[in-house]
Amino acid sequence: MIMSKIVRTISNLLTPLIFIFGLYIIIHGHLTPGGGFQGGAVFASGIALLIVAFGSYNIQKKLKEHHLSILESSGALIFIGLAFGGIATVFFYNFLVGSSFFGHIPPTGFNPGDIWTGGIIPLMNIAVGLKVIAGLSVIVLVMALASSKIEIEE
Amino acid sequence: MTGSIFNIPFLAVAALVGIALYIIISQRNLIKLVMGIVILESGINLFLVTLGYREAGIAPIYTNAPEGVMVLPVPQALTLTSIVIGVAITALMLSMIMLTYRHTGSIDSEKSRKMKG
Amino acid sequence: MRKTVAAISLGIIIAILIATALLIHPFGYPPSQMDDYIIENTQSETGANNAVTSVVFDYRGFDTLGEATILFTAVTGVVMLFRKKKRGVAK
Repeated sequence: MIMSKIVRTISNLLTPLIFIFGLYIIIHGHLTPGGGFQGGAVFASGIALLIVAFGSYNIQKKLKEHHLSILESSGALIFIGLAFGGIATVFFYNFLVGSSFFGHIPPTGFNPGDIWTGGIIPLMNIAVGLKVIAGLSVIVLVMALASSKIEIEE
Repeated sequence: MTGSIFNIPFLAVAALVGIALYIIISQRNLIKLVMGIVILESGINLFLVTLGYREAGIAPIYTNAPEGVMVLPVPQALTLTSIVIGVAITALMLSMIMLTYRHTGSIDSEKSRKMKG
Repeated sequence: MRKTVAAISLGIIIAILIATALLIHPFGYPPSQMDDYIIENTQSETGANNAVTSVVFDYRGFDTLGEATILFTAVTGVVMLFRKKKRGVAK
């Protein structure tokens, strides 16, 4: 069921800001409060705003469940691949601390954050963020589609 | 005896869990039953977060940190996992209620009891 | 008969909960031996400024792996419950 013209215009203006805010929370997970799960929930609530404003039938024409399931599976595979990367020592070893790619060591105590620190943690944040975005979007989309068809059939 | 009468957050957790158990025992509408389970989930998450509070503490983050002792980070990590598990359980329960309504035509737990076919 | 048994057992459970809330450690002074080690050594061992993220992904990474599996299973269950037998029946 489609909402009125004012609601559609405002949600067209607000949705890119919500997406950018969610991606900011995911990527800066090792410096500020946040991380993969929290940023993924913010992004999925932006997609839920689109579903409520435009109706689930119009969103389902552009955003199919098949593509979202490929996104979720690739997020899980990247997570397990990073866990197996340091198998020479133990299973979840942080093998990027000390090297040049994401491997600076921050000074102890009070410091303004440097984004190239953290080892393997920012990459795992991105993988878990992809998984949570795709998972929560599929749940909201499938339940909205199923509850609208009940009204059409009767 | 270790303990004091001023543990107000822990008494709030006991009140939340007690209200949730009373709702689960006595309601017949299925949607209200799911609401009772969600309140129980919230009470347990509150208990985990307030276990690790230190007097006049700051958040356990070193970026632009003010002066003070830091609170414990491990209970906050366990609460993150617990919230995600609560979301998964709520999604599955609501899907099953939608299918029950489609099959039998009512969401009262006494009337939708005899499933035929 | 059933209602009296339910009411009595609910009363016993609430009494145990309130007694536990009054006898637990005073609010604001928790026992903390493992967390002092984690707060001291986060920046030198993992290189992250955020202690909570380093606990979730580095010191306790197995729990995050199990949680990702739970999320995947829940999404699979929800999609499976809403399948139609013949595609393209009701549009």
